[in-house]
Amino acid sequence: MNLHEFQAKQLLKRHGVAVPAGQPCTSSAEVADAAQAIFGTGHGLAVVKAQIHAGGRGKGVFKDGFKGGVRLAKSADEVCTLAGSMLGNVLVTKQTGAEGRRVNTLLVAAAETIRKEYYLAVLLDRACGRPLIMASTEGGMDIEEVASRTPEKIIREHIDPAVGLQPYNARNVASALGFKGELFSQACKLIAAVYRTWWECDCTLVEINPLCVVQSGDGEAVMAVDAKISLDDNALFRHADLLAMRDLNEESPLEIEASRFNLNYIKLDGSIACLVNGAGLAMATMDIIQHYGGSPANFLDVGGGASKEQVSAAFKIILSDPHVKAIFVNIFGGIMDCNVIATGIVAAVKETGLKLPLVVRLEGNNVTAGRQTLAESGVSIIAGDSMADAAQKAVRAALT
Amino acid sequence: MSILVQPDSKVLVQGITGSFGGRHAQLSLDYGTQIVAGVTPGTGGQIFEHAGRRVPVFDTVAQAAQETGASVSAVFVPPAFAADAILEGVGAGLELVVAITEGIPVNDMVRVRRAMEGKKTRLIGPNCPGIVTPGEGKDSHGGCRIGIAPGYIHKRGGIGVVSRSGTLTYEAVWQLTTRGVGQSTCVGIGGDPVNGTSHLDVIKLFMADPETKAIIMIGEIGGSAEEEAAAWIARHGTKPVAGFIAGATAPPGRRMGHAGAIVSGGKGTAEAKMAAFREAGIGVAATPSEMADTLLKML
Repeated sequence: MNLHEFQAKQLLKRHGVAVPAGQPCTSSAEVADAAQAIFGTGHGLAVVKAQIHAGGRGKGVFKDGFKGGVRLAKSADEVCTLAGSMLGNVLVTKQTGAEGRRVNTLLVAAAETIRKEYYLAVLLDRACGRPLIMASTEGGMDIEEVASRTPEKIIREHIDPAVGLQPYNARNVASALGFKGELFSQACKLIAAVYRTWWECDCTLVEINPLCVVQSGDGEAVMAVDAKISLDDNALFRHADLLAMRDLNEESPLEIEASRFNLNYIKLDGSIACLVNGAGLAMATMDIIQHYGGSPANFLDVGGGASKEQVSAAFKIILSDPHVKAIFVNIFGGIMDCNVIATGIVAAVKETGLKLPLVVRLEGNNVTAGRQTLAESGVSIIAGDSMADAAQKAVRAALT
Repeated sequence: MSILVQPDSKVLVQGITGSFGGRHAQLSLDYGTQIVAGVTPGTGGQIFEHAGRRVPVFDTVAQAAQETGASVSAVFVPPAFAADAILEGVGAGLELVVAITEGIPVNDMVRVRRAMEGKKTRLIGPNCPGIVTPGEGKDSHGGCRIGIAPGYIHKRGGIGVVSRSGTLTYEAVWQLTTRGVGQSTCVGIGGDPVNGTSHLDVIKLFMADPETKAIIMIGEIGGSAEEEAAAWIARHGTKPVAGFIAGATAPPGRRMGHAGAIVSGGKGTAEAKMAAFREAGIGVAATPSEMADTLLKML
């Protein structure tokens, strides 16, 4: 699960990370209050940031032509005008796809005077199974690009999960980033607090880009100017407060519907819908469709013990995608009885009044009875002898 | 021989009184596996009965191991309690713990893996179908089945199978069996980002096992475990290996069912993994339908 920037900053602040003063706003009244709070406390500049789960907001364009999902404002009035153009409008960025995302929330925050930018992240290093702090002096840039072009500029500090982050880990990172004196102490504190957020909230990623040295009165301070947090879905059962931050507006309605039936569904752009048991086989089914020249409309794993209700729900979900031209059911019923699955398929076809070509490849436990049920059902089903045979039939069916 | 487990391995089931653990304990007993004990805290003294077999249930793994001589555990407990259950097996000094449970928090596995460093216990999984060493009987009856794989699809023989995915393992095994080719041991290492045993760990065991003549290695997008195994095979491999990588069509940044199956920051793509396979002389199946044929052509 991903968080919005304002939610990430709230979490980080709670764990002791300095962030610019600001408020999430969903209405013009809230925007006016937030702007007043910023300009009333002596700040000369504010920033209005569209809150959507996609990158590239700054360079994004709204559907009505208004430019920029991240804009600076010199007065409270200007904040209100900008907010009026963004709230309720649809923002298209390089990560949203052409349909864009509706902006329901804005973050109105003080715009700090930035002296220098850094990159800081905490993530899991899968290769060794340990937490990893990654940092770079190349802040504000795409970190993957920095890693591939100038790998020597990436600082890596592994954390021993047996004892957690030790103060020296934070000192190593702050020192490698070149912090000195008072800013060194501030950076160490901030790095430790970011790690604490990552560990205590069961995050899969906390990314501060940029981490900034900003002007603060007569001196300088270290601050998280942008923040991105992804959470481990498996751990949400022990974080009711984080689960409450889920924004269903950011998720595809079909994927939300699928999750209600414990189905793992991801919508794609192709024309052949897949219904498969097991995540690995579901991925492989998409691959074999592409191998034979077709394009998969979705990833759908009905799990190891798919019930009749699940198969029926799965059919309804894949059929609500208007781009679907054919359906490919690929089941390896190891423990599951193939006949039970076949009965479920026939019931779902009758219930939904399916008109599209349906290719079924059934293998495994009690498969003879399952195939017989399909053959004698009276519904039109194209049987596939093997995965390859069925995939080719599905690709042909989608073309005609 | 085979790897990790033999038909006479003594197995205990953690979570045997739950519906999931109980169902698969029954299927393992039917397959002829030596299920000698169950563990569910608070139910010690009960008997798990199935088809004339009586399996004693204990409160602790230590007690179960001591009284029955079990050296292998299958973990079927719910995600919130799974880390504790795995470490209980480690604490009891078991040789092998196979964690079937799906949905364990990643940070729990980070702690478990750290706590297991230097310990003699090996962990397979979590989020895996388990291990099968097929038996000599009809439909491979008499083998050691730990986990949730269908036993009857196997056949005793000389091919080692290692995979991150359950159904793709079954697919490969079935392709082999229907072509009359048997398996030494089939190992599902699990689809989570942090697991106990890697592709490479299993490959090394297969290379050292005299019964294993050739290997099928099935991977998927995410992480770099397949590349590491391929690099080792290129230098030290002594037996033919064929493989398949799932997820070539997966969109970047999305988790494809398995928690570990995600392409992030351009890393862990199917393309890169297949290239690493080819470079190491591993036969790459063009489609999942051709996993067995790709290997058999190399023999």
